[in-house]
Amino acid sequence: MRLDCPICGSRDRREFYYQGDAVMLARPAVDAGEAAWDGYVHLRDNPAGQTRDLWQHEAGCGAWLVVTRDTVTHAVFSVQLASDVKGTTA
Amino acid sequence: MRIKGKGLIDRSNTVSFSFDGRSYDGFEGDTVASALLANDVTLMGRSFKYHRPRGVLTAGSEEPNALVTVGSGAASEPNVRATMQEVYEGLRVRSQNAWPSLDFDLMAVNNLVSPFLGAGFYYKTFMWPRKFWERFYEPVIRRAAGLGGLSGAHNPDTYERAFAFCDVLVIGAGPAGLMAALTAARGGADVILADEDALMGGRLNAETYLIAGKPGHVWAAEAVAELAGMDNVRLMSRTTVTGAYDQGTFGALERVGQHHGVRSKGAPLECFWRIVAKHSILTAGALERPIAFQNNDRPGIMTAGAVRAYLNRWGVSPGKALTIFGNNDDAHRTARDLADAGVRIAAVVDSRTDVDVKGDFPVYRGAQVFNTGGGKELESISIRTISGVEKIQTDCLAMSGGWNPTVHLTCHMNGRPTWRPDIQAFVPTAGAIPGMVAAGACNGTFSTRGCLAEGADVAGKVLGTLGKKVPDVALPQAEDAPYRMEPLWAVAGKGRAWLDFQNDVSVKDVAQAAVENFRSVEHMKRYTTQGMATDQGKNSNVGALAVLADATGRGIPETGTTTFRPPYSPVTIAAMGAGAQGKGFAPQRFTTSHSASVEAGAPMIEAGLWYRPSYFPKAGEKTWRQSCDREVGYVRKAVGVCDVSTLGKIDIQGPDAAALLDFVYTNMFSTLKVGRVRYGLMLREDGTVMDDGTCARLGDHHFVMTTTTAAAGTVMKHLEFVAQCLHPEWCVAMTSVTEQWAQFAVAGPKSRELLNGVLDAPIDNDSWPFMACGDTSVLGVKGRLFRISFSGEHAYEIAVPARYGESLFRELVARAQGLGGGAYGMEALNVLRIEKGFITHAEIHGRTTAFDVGMAGMISAKKDCVGKVMAARPGLVSADRERLVGMKPVGAVKMLSAGAHIFGKDAEAVRENDQGYVTSVCFSPEVGTYIGLGFVKNGPERYGEVMRVVDHLRALDVEVEICPPVFFDPEGGRARG
Repeated sequence: MRLDCPICGSRDRREFYYQGDAVMLARPAVDAGEAAWDGYVHLRDNPAGQTRDLWQHEAGCGAWLVVTRDTVTHAVFSVQLASDVKGTTA
Repeated sequence: MRIKGKGLIDRSNTVSFSFDGRSYDGFEGDTVASALLANDVTLMGRSFKYHRPRGVLTAGSEEPNALVTVGSGAASEPNVRATMQEVYEGLRVRSQNAWPSLDFDLMAVNNLVSPFLGAGFYYKTFMWPRKFWERFYEPVIRRAAGLGGLSGAHNPDTYERAFAFCDVLVIGAGPAGLMAALTAARGGADVILADEDALMGGRLNAETYLIAGKPGHVWAAEAVAELAGMDNVRLMSRTTVTGAYDQGTFGALERVGQHHGVRSKGAPLECFWRIVAKHSILTAGALERPIAFQNNDRPGIMTAGAVRAYLNRWGVSPGKALTIFGNNDDAHRTARDLADAGVRIAAVVDSRTDVDVKGDFPVYRGAQVFNTGGGKELESISIRTISGVEKIQTDCLAMSGGWNPTVHLTCHMNGRPTWRPDIQAFVPTAGAIPGMVAAGACNGTFSTRGCLAEGADVAGKVLGTLGKKVPDVALPQAEDAPYRMEPLWAVAGKGRAWLDFQNDVSVKDVAQAAVENFRSVEHMKRYTTQGMATDQGKNSNVGALAVLADATGRGIPETGTTTFRPPYSPVTIAAMGAGAQGKGFAPQRFTTSHSASVEAGAPMIEAGLWYRPSYFPKAGEKTWRQSCDREVGYVRKAVGVCDVSTLGKIDIQGPDAAALLDFVYTNMFSTLKVGRVRYGLMLREDGTVMDDGTCARLGDHHFVMTTTTAAAGTVMKHLEFVAQCLHPEWCVAMTSVTEQWAQFAVAGPKSRELLNGVLDAPIDNDSWPFMACGDTSVLGVKGRLFRISFSGEHAYEIAVPARYGESLFRELVARAQGLGGGAYGMEALNVLRIEKGFITHAEIHGRTTAFDVGMAGMISAKKDCVGKVMAARPGLVSADRERLVGMKPVGAVKMLSAGAHIFGKDAEAVRENDQGYVTSVCFSPEVGTYIGLGFVKNGPERYGEVMRVVDHLRALDVEVEICPPVFFDPEGGRARG
């Protein structure tokens, strides 16, 4: 498997650290309530199909990435810098 | 026997090798199989289950029978295909899976009791009595049924891993592959051409027909020479592409050293490649399939294509009177080639009636071979014709049931091949592997001209996708005969007709599976073990499928296909794990003081990947405890020196550095003054403790954070996560400087005295109070000085660039010794921190909260931080949680143990009564007994209570008094002094 790091280019998956669902980008407000925090910290979907995950180019530039891919076909649709994704939604 | 004037071997270069201790001659270019056949040796192995005598079936990597052990001693390699092993001077080959010898194998008794060992015998025969399975049946079966054995010694060979990149990977260097590679390379693409054979050319080296008026092998050699001369081409012979993976990644095994008697220094035996290709062209050819009939496994019976390969490539006739049995035109090439070479042909048997064969030999149309005769080698075949039954004397039968395109790689990403009724075979399904196209025989195109044309065509299309111009490549003249065949999978008759040669699966076994309702091909496979041997069904899958389809009254495509998974052919674990043998399994990290510690006789212990000194023994000390107690004394009474460089050090800079620290630590850092250090506690977002450590403010926008040794990587990742994913608007950057700085703790009442001997500007308590930090100069070297203490004593940590680390360590230790102190190791460090109740990852082990470790007050109310919301959940702050306490023994207690559980004084030591557990213990010279840290329900409320500590594993059952976790200098005056 390979990922196109927006900074370093196409790299082998061994250079990357897999974190999990990109829902981690959307940290709730302090007073968002138990349900929001429970969802943020604990609840994850496990879809057969398209996912948005957080990866880190740990053995490369260190960038955190939002990877959109398919868990069935293993196709990778996009790799974006998490800071860019967060910047546009914040 | 060798045939004069035939073959691509070097007859001027004789090499001698041995097989089962007997010496044989071969030529350079021979394989073990071709050289043994040249010496009229046909018996090369014993089958897996029944130990039936077997000869070579094929001439390639799909070989199921002729598996041998190569080499001797620790470097011997089992299960090598005799068809792939090139001979060299001094090569030693042994047969395997036979006892006492290949020729006289007592295990062949299995063949006589075969009625009990049929399909599913594992599940049926050895059920009773139940106890017998583990102790008797299984060991016996394992000994009887097997492949070659490992030497049992450490593997002395070296292996390598490597990456390669290209525009186009061409897999297989037959006519289609060579044409594709030529086209792609001339078009300017970066090309890798990989072929599992030592000699590129594929079937062109095994056939006699012409390309562009030249012998095929000459054309192939010229094509290879042209490719070799191009800068944009990498030729990889002896390299099997073993797997197709995501995003154009391929695994490939290169046999680097197996064909050399004397290996060049440093060269690996094998190299496992990961090849990344924008496009791939599969030109892997096709594999000929055998026909199932009674006793079709006798040595001397092989595929027709293999017979042609032995004749044309290696100049060997596998017999003196050959017979040919086939269902297609291709089989007749074998007869023509043999006849042209002057080999006597006893008969050509074709199952079809309307075939036109001309030759000076008897031809039987509409006939079938239904049995064979002979002992350990073939002596005769029995054929059934329209007019009756006939027996023909022969010592080699060439059989051909048609060809199976080598579709394997196209199935590695869950793709299923497509059935083509016209050639009665599966072909690749387009798009099964993104970026891969198939061409030539592996795509079901069997004529040479067709292969050449398809190779050029697909390469041209790939060039177009790459945006490159398609070069003018002339298509050479070549044979273009149609492939005509009529299906024939199994000849009807009694007895066992073999489908899977290696696993001894017969037509009857497959039919029996169907009768017992294992009708799905996946069930049949597992029930009979068909296709589960090391050839992975390359010779038997389609045949078994056809038999199963017949037995269940379905068509072949409806019956399905089995799944092909990587690797295409076996890959040694040593090659895949190259670099990870021995110490390479876990890279070692050494501190700058490593050699000084080792010189001092310190046993080194692992701390993650790091190695740290356990203690520094002195003459006369008999136990580690004596050394440890002495080293603790250095720090409590004089001065000790300890390398603390393994702690994570993260340099954090930027206008928002303080904001980042406020967010990741529970406590405030924005209020920390420049030149001061503060202890910080870090939580995970779920509210449990992640790590702790100190953080020094070197400037308004500049901090240096220390983490524990274990969590350095985790914390670094966490900081980057916060900075990039949660607050990208912050202007802050961080980098790990753990390996850039060597850092030493100088601890004890005489620490300042020691330091003032090496600092260029001496310090005092006013200029450098407790928790002060800043730049310093030590013996002319710029460094950093932190007044922090993990021992509770007046202590410092001094940091210098790593290149000065070793000399500073030696200097500090020498000076400490002059002051009545010296170096101390991990054992003493642990005692010093337990006496002070300082926590490590023994306490913050991933399930404890700030509340549990008594630091709830460190979660600042004035700001948000990671983990703050979740840490406030009622369940995480309830008083009856297991909370940090200290413990002292009551009465004559010799020791405590970490991992022991804590119970009420008079309670039974069972899970239901569990009150907590012990995390850290040591003998405290200060207290004079063992002391411990641990977690107890309602901990701080139970100080003074006597409880029972039980370690069922170490047979420990003692009483302790629960007490505050700080055993020494609770006011902390010593660190400030």
